[in-house]
Amino acid sequence: MRALLLLCCWLLSAPVMAGAPIVAAASSLQFALEAAAAQFTQQTGHALRLNFGSSGNFRRQIAQGAPFELFLSADEGFVQALYDEGHVDNTGVMYARGRLAWVQPAGRYSLPDEQAPLAGVQEAIAALEEGQRLRIAIASPEHASYGMVAREVLQKAGLWESSEALRVQGENVSQAMQFALSGEARGGLVAYSLAVAPALVGRSEAVLIPEAWHTPLRQRMVLMPQAGEVAHEFYAWLQQTDAKEIFQTYGFSTD
Amino acid sequence: MDWSAFSVSLRLAALTCLFLLPLGIWLGRLLATAQFRGKGLCEALIALPLVLPPTVLGFYLLQQFGRDAPLGGAWSALTGSGLNFTFSGILLASLIANLPFAIQPIQRAFEHVPANLREAAWCSGLSPWQTLWRIELPLVWPGILSAAALTFAHTLGEFGVILLVGGAIDGETRTLSIAIYDRVQAFDEQGAASMSALLLVISLATLGLVYGLAGKRRWARGQ
Repeated sequence: MRALLLLCCWLLSAPVMAGAPIVAAASSLQFALEAAAAQFTQQTGHALRLNFGSSGNFRRQIAQGAPFELFLSADEGFVQALYDEGHVDNTGVMYARGRLAWVQPAGRYSLPDEQAPLAGVQEAIAALEEGQRLRIAIASPEHASYGMVAREVLQKAGLWESSEALRVQGENVSQAMQFALSGEARGGLVAYSLAVAPALVGRSEAVLIPEAWHTPLRQRMVLMPQAGEVAHEFYAWLQQTDAKEIFQTYGFSTD
Repeated sequence: MDWSAFSVSLRLAALTCLFLLPLGIWLGRLLATAQFRGKGLCEALIALPLVLPPTVLGFYLLQQFGRDAPLGGAWSALTGSGLNFTFSGILLASLIANLPFAIQPIQRAFEHVPANLREAAWCSGLSPWQTLWRIELPLVWPGILSAAALTFAHTLGEFGVILLVGGAIDGETRTLSIAIYDRVQAFDEQGAASMSALLLVISLATLGLVYGLAGKRRWARGQ
């Protein structure tokens, strides 16, 4: 009976973990922000809760009242939209510029030349005409920033329609990266920051897509109105040298 | 292994059972014994979560849970917090998604209690409460147990609804099945593997318990 009472108390106790601020971050930051948060926690003793997903999805959740305290978007459009709708009271700061890359499984196909980074897409389209279907992975062009620029690059290269039958879409850029490295795919247009992460560097090969080919990925972060002290501190910390070095390690530029 | 996700999942599953089982006993008995207009519709509504894609349920709940919607607005006026992205929100979603799992097994069990047994109990001077407590519940307990086990196991496995209304917040709405999805996306296959194995074991153990008890009972009856 006492055990049952204890069980009921545990059930009815409000979910704990309140306190550590929740940070919503674009999937392209999956490894970089984990490293940054670990260092921040080590230096300050403050814990953070990180949520990764597509920027567009977080933008929607924030508009619906999600209890995030800091939002790191993969571009500036979503932050601007939140500001325009009055969900945040400023447009935050740009913390890094992201790069799109062609990423493919290591050691399986020839890596496209830097001058023609879309050669893998063209090869896959040619292979389809011979009856072999090699997938091309991108993130959702509807609500993931890297998916939007991937679509832009393919459209400008005139490969959007011809690659349609080959494209698989990840819900966010992390999932697109999974798909790109799966045995089914020739590769994918995903975030360079994922390709250079220590966890994946042995499994993938990458070629950067020239920045001039798409709208720049000016990654912007903004504090929510309900942000507490720790979130403010992390926001400031992310703009300092230690954080910038981490971002650079993961292939972002911070100037 | 994400222990806070494990704790959220366990708490969600246990609370879902705690709230749904009394409702299941009441509604299951009512549906098994009474005839009334609209009973078919009522049963269809209860069974709906079985066939409705969880994303459809999640989509409607997401809309209803918003502070601008009547339900979400009333809740936030009452408690001060919204329903989307909170533990209360996923609990409410889980209560709705599990209606058929909690009610149907109990209803089937009550249907097997002969009506004249109940009448005999009344004739012997037992009140309806005493009849329920001393005659009917001992007969339908395997149904209640399977309802509990199915509800528990199904809540642990619920994904689509919780993904839509929960927002995967650590310690609040990130359940084990959402955490597995997150770990896969974070390329942490080891984390995903250990949590998947845990869910597999719990689900199998829960169902094993139900079928084991039901089997023992059948065997005992055959003697």
